[in-house]
Parts: sequence; C-alpha cells; structure tokens
Amino acid sequence: MNHISPVLWEFLVKWMTNFALMPPEASKIAPQVDALLFFMVLVSLIGLTIVILLVTSFCILYSKKRHPVAVQVEGSTLLEATWTIIPLGLFLVMFVWGALIYFRVFTPPANAMNIYVVGKQWMWKAEHPGGQHEINSLHIPMGKPIQLTLISQDVFHSFSIPAFRVKREVIPGRYTTVWFEATTPGTFHLFCTQYCGTNHSAMIGDVVVLTQEGYKKWLKESTSGMSLAQNGERLFASLSCAACHNARPDARGPSLANVYGAKLPLASGGTVIADDAYLRESILNPSQHVTQGYVPIMPTYQGQISEDGVIALVEYIKNLDSDYRVQQTLNTTDLLPGSEGKVAATGQVGHKPAAQGRVNQ
Amino acid sequence: MSDTIVNLPDQSTARIPKMNYLSRENGILSWLLTGDHKRIAILYLISITFFFFIGGALAGLIRLELLTPQADLMATDTYNKVFSMHGIIMIFLFLVPSVPATLGNFFIPMMIGAKDLALPKINLLSWYLYVIGGIMVLYTMMSGGVDTGWTFTTPLSTHYVNTNVVTTGLAVFVAGFSSVFTGLNFIVTIHKMRAPGMTWFRLPLFVWANYSASILMVLGTPVLAITIVLVMLERTMGIGVFDPTKGGDPVLFQHLFWFYSHPAVYIMILPGMGVISETISTFSRKRVFGYTAVAFSSVAIAVFSFFVWAHHMFIMGISNYSMLVFSLMTMLVAVPSAIKIFNWTFTLYKGSITFETPMLYTFGFMGLFTIGGLTGVFLGSSGTDIHLTETYFIVAHFHFVMVGGMLMAFLAGIHFWWPKMTGRMYPEKISQLAALITFIGFNLTFFPQFILGMLGMPRRYAAYPPEFQVLNVFSTAGATVLGVGYLLPVLYLVWSLKYGEIAGDNPWQATGLEWQTQSPPLTENFIETPIMDHEAYDYEWLENQKEKEVASAG
Repeated sequence: MNHISPVLWEFLVKWMTNFALMPPEASKIAPQVDALLFFMVLVSLIGLTIVILLVTSFCILYSKKRHPVAVQVEGSTLLEATWTIIPLGLFLVMFVWGALIYFRVFTPPANAMNIYVVGKQWMWKAEHPGGQHEINSLHIPMGKPIQLTLISQDVFHSFSIPAFRVKREVIPGRYTTVWFEATTPGTFHLFCTQYCGTNHSAMIGDVVVLTQEGYKKWLKESTSGMSLAQNGERLFASLSCAACHNARPDARGPSLANVYGAKLPLASGGTVIADDAYLRESILNPSQHVTQGYVPIMPTYQGQISEDGVIALVEYIKNLDSDYRVQQTLNTTDLLPGSEGKVAATGQVGHKPAAQGRVNQ
Repeated sequence: MSDTIVNLPDQSTARIPKMNYLSRENGILSWLLTGDHKRIAILYLISITFFFFIGGALAGLIRLELLTPQADLMATDTYNKVFSMHGIIMIFLFLVPSVPATLGNFFIPMMIGAKDLALPKINLLSWYLYVIGGIMVLYTMMSGGVDTGWTFTTPLSTHYVNTNVVTTGLAVFVAGFSSVFTGLNFIVTIHKMRAPGMTWFRLPLFVWANYSASILMVLGTPVLAITIVLVMLERTMGIGVFDPTKGGDPVLFQHLFWFYSHPAVYIMILPGMGVISETISTFSRKRVFGYTAVAFSSVAIAVFSFFVWAHHMFIMGISNYSMLVFSLMTMLVAVPSAIKIFNWTFTLYKGSITFETPMLYTFGFMGLFTIGGLTGVFLGSSGTDIHLTETYFIVAHFHFVMVGGMLMAFLAGIHFWWPKMTGRMYPEKISQLAALITFIGFNLTFFPQFILGMLGMPRRYAAYPPEFQVLNVFSTAGATVLGVGYLLPVLYLVWSLKYGEIAGDNPWQATGLEWQTQSPPLTENFIETPIMDHEAYDYEWLENQKEKEVASAG
C-alpha cells in the first residue's frame, strides 16, 4: 500500500483496529448506563427504520407514475392514537430507567471515601483526606466507593470521567457531589466539559485507578506529612478561630466539637443540618447562619481563605470530636507573635503548594 | 403521465405581470421605507443570508481547527471567539428569524387572505432592530469578538473574560426585540385579519406553526432580555445577582437563560415544521393526514416547551424532584414531534408523489429531524444525560435538529415559494443535486460527532486527545461538502432571477390562497378579498377551479 501516504495508512489501520463506539466501562455504574444507551439506540434504530421504510415504500407505491390520482384520506384516529401511545410508552420507560440510574449516580453510599476537588481556571486540584494533593490527576483505589466533593474557585467547570459515565458540574460558591466505584485498573481521561475560558481544552487530566495495594503505596509516596484535617487545624489556629470557638464558658462562638452532621437551631428560627455546605457558608458568610444563643459578631472570611483553605477547615471541623483539641490550638495561637497578622500566620502552612499564595485567592 | 406536477405557462408568450410588489416603486428608499410585508420579507431574506454565510465561514474555521488534535491553526482564545460568534450569529441572527421573518412575513398574510400584516410599520421597525443588532454583532467581531460562548454563562461572562460582552449582549437584546415585534405582529394578524370564511381550522398548517412560534417569541424573549440586562449590570456595576461572593446565585442565571433558550429551540423548529406540512401536502397531492393532530401538536409543543428548561441542568445539582418533573416533561414534549413525523409520513399514503427539490429537502428534513429528535430523548433521560451532556453528542443532536431540521425546511420553503416570490422558477436539476449534496455533506459532518460524544469528547475544545482525530477528520471533510451544498442555491437562485423560467400563478398546483394570485403578487396581494369556502389542502376544489376557468375562457 505504498501508493497512499504511509503515515495516513498507518494512522487509519491504527484507528480501525482501535475503533470504538463507547469508552471503556471502568466503573460499576458504566454497564448500567450502557444498557440503557443500548436500549435507546435500538429503539431509535427501529423507529428510524420504520420511518424510512414507510417513506420509501410510499414513495415507490404512490409515485405519480404509478398512482396518478391521489386518494384523499382525512386521517385515522386509531392510527394516530397508536403512534401517540407507543412512543409515549417507550419514552416513559426511558424516563423511569434513566431516573433510576440518575439516583444511583448522585446518591453516594454511606461508606464512601471522600476526596475534595477544587476546579480553577484551568486546573483540577484533588485533595485526599490524608493530605495528598494532586493537580490534573486523580489516583483512586478500585473496588471502593469514592465520593467527590467538588467546588470551583472561579467559574463553572464540569468534572467528567467518560470511562465511569459520570459527570458533575463544578460550581462557584457551592459544593456538589458525585460518586463512583472503579472496577478496572488503568488510566482514564478526565475532562472539564463546561466551557471555562481560554484554556478550557487544557483543563484535562488522568484518572488513575490503582489496586488497593497500589493505592496504599501511592498514598505513602505522595504524603506531604500532614493530613488535610491537620492542615485545617493550622489554618484554624492562624486565623484565630479558637479565640471564640473554644468551648470556654465565656466563649463568644459555639463549640465546634461534634458539630458536623448535627441539627442546629438557628437564631433566625428553624434548624439546619451542619453539613459541608453549611460549614463553608458559616465561614464565608457567618452573619447569615448564626445559631441560637449567639450574636452575629463573626467577621466574614470571604476573600481571605481560598477554597482549598475552606476545605481544610471543613475537614478539620468534620473530624473534631473534643474541645480539648481546640483548646490546645488556642495555646498554639497564644504563642504566635500577634504583630504578624493573619496572612503571615497562614504562611506557616506555606510549605505546601496548596495554601501558598492562595490565601488571598 | 409525467412524473412532475410543474405546470408552467407557455414560455414564449408568458410575461411577468407588469404590476407587482417589486415593480410598483423603484429606488432604494422605496425599499428602506416600505411597509409592504413582502418587501420586508425580501429585506430579511437578504440580511439573514448574509449572516448565514458569516456564521458558516466561522463554522468552517472551527472545523479546520479541529482537523488536528493540537490547537495549531489559531490560538485557543481565537478558537473560543470563533465558536462563540458562530453560535451567536447562527442562533440570534439566522435561525430565530429564518423562516418566520422571511417566509412567514411574506406568506402568512397571503395565506389568510389579508393585504398585509396588522402592523406594517412595526414590521419594518423589527427589520431595523434586526439590522442594528446585526451591525452591533459585526462591530464586536471587528473590535475583538467575544468568547463567552452563545450562552453567556456567568460568572465567566460577568467577571472573567475581557471581551465585548456588553456590546454583544446589547446586540442580542436589540435583536430580541425584533423577534418580539415579529411574533406580536403575527399573533395580531392571525387573530384579526383572516379573510371571510377563513376559520381557524381552515388555516394552512404553516400558519398554525408560526402562530405557536410567535407565542413563544412574545412570552420567552423578554426573559432573555432581562437576563442579559442583569448580566450587563453585573459586569459593569457588580450588582451581584449571579455572584456567589455577594450572596447571588450563578445557577439562577442558568434557570433564567434556559427559560428562554429552550423555548427558543422551538421558535427555531416550529416554523420549519410548518413549511414541511405545506410541501409534503403539495407534492403528494393530498390533505395533510390528521390536520387537527398536526395543528394541535404545534400548540402542544409551544405549551410544553416552557416547562422543560431545567433539563439543561441535570448535572448542575438541581434537586431530584425537579429532575423528575423536567425529565418527564421533556419526554412529553417529544411526543408531539413523533406525531408530526408519522402524520407527514402517512400524508404520502395513497398520494400521487412527485420529487421536485422542495420535496427532496422535505425528505431530508424528515430523516434528519427523526434522528435529531430521537437523540434528544437520550438527553432528556436523566441517567444517560449525565454521560452525554456537554459532549459532542449535544453538538450533533442540536445540529441535526437545527441544521438538519430547520435549515432543510428553510431551503425546502425557499425553493417551494421562490416562483411566487420572484415569478421565476429555479433550475430544477442543479437544485436537486444541491439537495443531495447537502444531505450527504450534513450526515458526513455531524454523524461522526454522535460517536465522538459517546466516546466522551467535550464540546468547545480547541485541542483534543489524538484518538478522536479520525472522526474529526470525517466531520471536517463533510463540512466541506456541506459548504458546497449551501453555496450552490445562492448561485443558481440569483441566476434564476434573470434567467429562470416564468412560473405563472401556480406552478405546483398548490391549494393555498397565496397561489391563487399572480406571481410575483400585487402589493395588495389580491385584487379582491378572497373568500375561503373550502378546507385547507382541498385538491378537489382546486380541480373544480381549474375546470371553471377553462369553461369561462372557452
């Protein structure tokens, strides 16, 4: 085959041998999504074939040559009812089937391991609970449900892993979640699918699915020496959170131990479940979320902590189960030279690229 | 028996009528200050064709860039501007006004037996607004373009890009008013100006379809206008409605934007469906199968389309309950389209079918719209939407509906009514070839994109992983063919203005009132107000008319 360009030839051969209609099925949900997709393709093909066959045969049978005079037909209620009810029924099946899959994709199991992902122009940053963090890649163990808590620092992004058939919008100002359980080890595409500006198409990465042992090994090798919660603790200290949230009798803020997941009464009436979103909002927009018995004196930290920082704080508060821990933090804060201020203090965490330079966004 | 229905007067004696809407007045001012709906339609036709080719050239640039996996033809910023301008021009300056402002403007008054639209000056104003909007878009293009995508997603559009968002927004705002005025005009006209005997159920289905689309224009477009004003205020003054750091909600923008932009999809497709009802009936010599079902399916689409907007947001964290409601409504809105397809198909049954160019485009429409509609169900079903949304599957889906559907219908309509608008026939053979080229080119361009989407290739990417290249090469190759398919009609239609055969009043032997008057029509459309004494698509009435004429002439 030398008469066509050998490069093109090689290219075509390579493509034909790897030709695929679907990406690999690498998660537990993928075969379920594909089953529905297959059903839909089948229904569509049958529907399309019926239309094409009807149009073609009518065109042949009733062309002007063969059928010079048209016979007027008003319509037929029976026929029309048929092609109203059958498509409607099929569409309803697709609706219910689709909704079942949707609920599965967006309802994480209770034992899922949580990884935070921050999207920003134009990179993905994943924060593992153990303090490992990575840019434009995500290492996960197979056979274990993983929940991602996603947030954007700037514009809308969208976190898409085609091989897992999952995708979730990453929105500024609110946490969204998605979960999956990888079934095949390997490296898969990670895309940003929501247009986010100049380098949108460079906001891509790899999802690396490792075996359980491989993942443990990776965790060990990538550790930064501090867990995410410990990072949060440092921030907690440097932002002097413990000055109020210290559980002392004269404390100006509520104690934060065991607050995660609790039902809190609000000063404005009503109650709220203290989830990730509530904790985040209380840090950035505190006067809107004051709990009963306290006055809205907490300053806002909007613009002072990056989303990474908020995540670290939230993770710290999530894991906080005794006031003793906070009071220890208080002692640490007392030791800090007061003149250095907040920014300098957070600089202590600065040996991690995570917090470096992003304290003020 | 010949296999065509074309019935032209004797070319050696036939003349274009001396008095007609084109010859009545001369000079540029007689066009720029006209109140005649037919002249305004021609003005629209020229302007939207101009913008179609600008949008098309941008599409060509997109396809050229995507020939290779790297962003090598242009910088990513340029690519982003190119696809944004392509979307803005094609949607707001071509698809939305395409059939209503040209064919609708020209033929709705004629079909209902009126002299003009109810508000001729408003009609002219809407063309001027369109032109102002268009010039503003051209200005933004010259002065650096805009790279928000046609969706103006916040906070990208309000805080993060440094391009002409405000001017573009203003342009869309102004063009939106043009669309509101057109819609308003149609609604008033259809309600108030029908000829004696022209009851609602004697209206041609083209009128029903445009009426439904007009309701969407009037009710939907203001929401877009408000949303764009909010984006502009947020960008210039930082009012914070969509800014989470000020307590705003960026998802609110999505709700407002899609509240217009989903019905807008039906603004674009419904008038096209109207064209198909006309052509399929004329070229099969039959009443449209189940007239009432087709008429009401247009209205049903218009009503349902207002309650499906959040299906654009299934992965944006809307609640499970809203997902259920919007997914269900999406399935329901798909049914009237299915009804239409089958009713059109059965219109062919026992007909006497001929295959002139408008009919070929109609068949193209039916095939491509069926694919476009069915793949819409893939996206309306929430579980599969997660995988397919924001990928090339979406791109392929809406191009099948908008280009495969609407543009095919537009071309069907242009060819169908060309003899009425100009008094001359287009050349048949080459136009049949153009229809074929368009169909092949279209499939080659957009079908590979379904596979790309299934494989997960995201939309709006200037660079992509190399394994997607082959399908992209197919797509670009198809776009080249498609480009030829679209250039041909412009060439031969312009040619036919001078050299086309003289068409006579009713070359297709069609039943609509617009065909029962001279071509090109008089400024007043009819010599005397017609009286409608038969159903729409009544071919027996037409036969009787012809016999009567022969009898009186003899």
